[in-house]
Amino acid sequence: MASITHMENIMTGIGDYMIHHHKQCDEVFARAEDAVGAADWQRAQAEFEAFAHQMDRHFDMEENLLFPEFEKKTGHAGGPTQVMRMEHDQMRVVIHDMRSALEAKDAEQYLGLSETFLVLMQQHNFKEEGILYNMIDQVLGDQGEKLLAQLDSVV
Amino acid sequence: MNQAGLQIEQGPPISVPFRFFLVAPVFLLLAAAALLWRGPMVFEARLSPAAIAIAHLFALGFMAMIMIGAMMQMLPVLQGSPVPKPRATAAVTHAGVGLGTLALAAGFLFGERWLLKAGVLALAAGFLVFVAALLVCLGRAPSQNHTVRAMWMAVLSLLVAVVFGVMLAMLFGWGIAPPNSSVHSLHPGWSLLGWTGLLVVGVGFELVPMLQMTPHYPKPMTRYLSVAILALLVLWSAVLWIDDGRWGAFAVACAVAMAVAYMLFAVMTMVLQQRRRRRLPDVTLDFWRVGMGSLIGASLAWGVRVAWPGPWPESMDILIGVLAMFGFAGSVISGMLYKIMPFLAWFHLQSMCGPGTLAPNMKKILPDARQRLQFRSQVLALVLFCAAALWPGPFVYPAALALAATAVLLEMNMLIVVRAYRDNLKQMRA
Repeated sequence: MASITHMENIMTGIGDYMIHHHKQCDEVFARAEDAVGAADWQRAQAEFEAFAHQMDRHFDMEENLLFPEFEKKTGHAGGPTQVMRMEHDQMRVVIHDMRSALEAKDAEQYLGLSETFLVLMQQHNFKEEGILYNMIDQVLGDQGEKLLAQLDSVV
Repeated sequence: MNQAGLQIEQGPPISVPFRFFLVAPVFLLLAAAALLWRGPMVFEARLSPAAIAIAHLFALGFMAMIMIGAMMQMLPVLQGSPVPKPRATAAVTHAGVGLGTLALAAGFLFGERWLLKAGVLALAAGFLVFVAALLVCLGRAPSQNHTVRAMWMAVLSLLVAVVFGVMLAMLFGWGIAPPNSSVHSLHPGWSLLGWTGLLVVGVGFELVPMLQMTPHYPKPMTRYLSVAILALLVLWSAVLWIDDGRWGAFAVACAVAMAVAYMLFAVMTMVLQQRRRRRLPDVTLDFWRVGMGSLIGASLAWGVRVAWPGPWPESMDILIGVLAMFGFAGSVISGMLYKIMPFLAWFHLQSMCGPGTLAPNMKKILPDARQRLQFRSQVLALVLFCAAALWPGPFVYPAALALAATAVLLEMNMLIVVRAYRDNLKQMRA
């Protein structure tokens, strides 16, 4: 949510980059949900895979790149990043069950899970965008360009 | 920078918000009972003791109760700043506001001054503890983004509303006239245009785009609207105070500007929701639409009411009150409850699940059909209340019965959530 991060003076672009990717995740999430709502299972399958892939990519960018760098600099492995990792794990479990519901063509189950996932994801994103990304921009500001290039190469 | 903020991930225990939510429909039921007992006369004079009692059962027992519970949950989670001593703060606030509202309403209904006095003291104590806890919490928030700013403004407005409320209570309870006649306007003004309205606007800026996946509100609006409303509210109050409650041209201009500001928010919300990315039926979305429609109606009617001196019939003021409190605040509050309660039940259950297993999802915890039924009953009650404001004779009793019905359905839905939570907890521990 760009609206809560008016801290341009300290922005190095990492936060902006990640916020932009949150929006892309939102978009693929909504497309998959639309398709399930319309019981268009073929489209749902494709959209869901795109969504699951983007989520994996996002978790990878954070857990394998940004968080370790942040922890190295702050010496703070048990801090906020640990909480974000736990929430990623929670989201992974829901995504796993969404996939099962999709395979069983159980729209009711899928939509109940996707509703739950949405609230879970949005409160998680809100915390990252409102607090953590600002910290990351401050702490990792000097490595901005290098990290952005590395983020781009995460597939 | 305060890094401790994000470590408090789980928010307060589930009992903290739920105790506020669960008791709220009981106050709706009491309001309905009072209306059935006193009949059409309630809607014939807005300042009759029975009307004041019913308005406060609704505004304090229902609206404030749920708003407080939701804030105690959301602030720690979303802003990374815990409420100090959450259980104790919740217990004192809950008891103070709950018992205080009962005593205040009973004091007005039965004409018992001692009850009214006791009620005001309990309410003041409950609100002060809540406001103090929230101010500490907001002061510690690691990021002073505009949701935090909106909450500052809402909580400070609540404090002002409570102070004016106590002044009015001194009049009714102790026979001490308020220092200024404007207090009669300023108390409802700060309660609705300040505390309630600013909280909905501030929270709406974040939650509407998040939950329905709409485009964001325009930046100038998120930056300036709440501040502009608060500034107008302060100016309006100062002018009314100086003129000892008489509405001069400047007070009228401030009021009309506030009405326009709220209409802008409502129209923008409806436009954004029209462009939402998530197209599936959603009861929360429908509640917001009814809420925004009512906000437009209430603002328009109030703007016209203050801009043209009248004489206006009493029914106009009552209709504005019904639209603002029941139509706007009541709808938005019920809509938010249907996201907050099932999610919290799921979230707490999930955190106790073993790795790889999943708690029942939100719609298993509270099925759509039940939410939809309650939504319809609440809209019916709203329509009947609007009719009763204009024609009390034929419509007051049907309105009261519809309010009772929707209160029962809402409580039942809440209890379904609680039961799902308890049953699953038992299964997990077995």
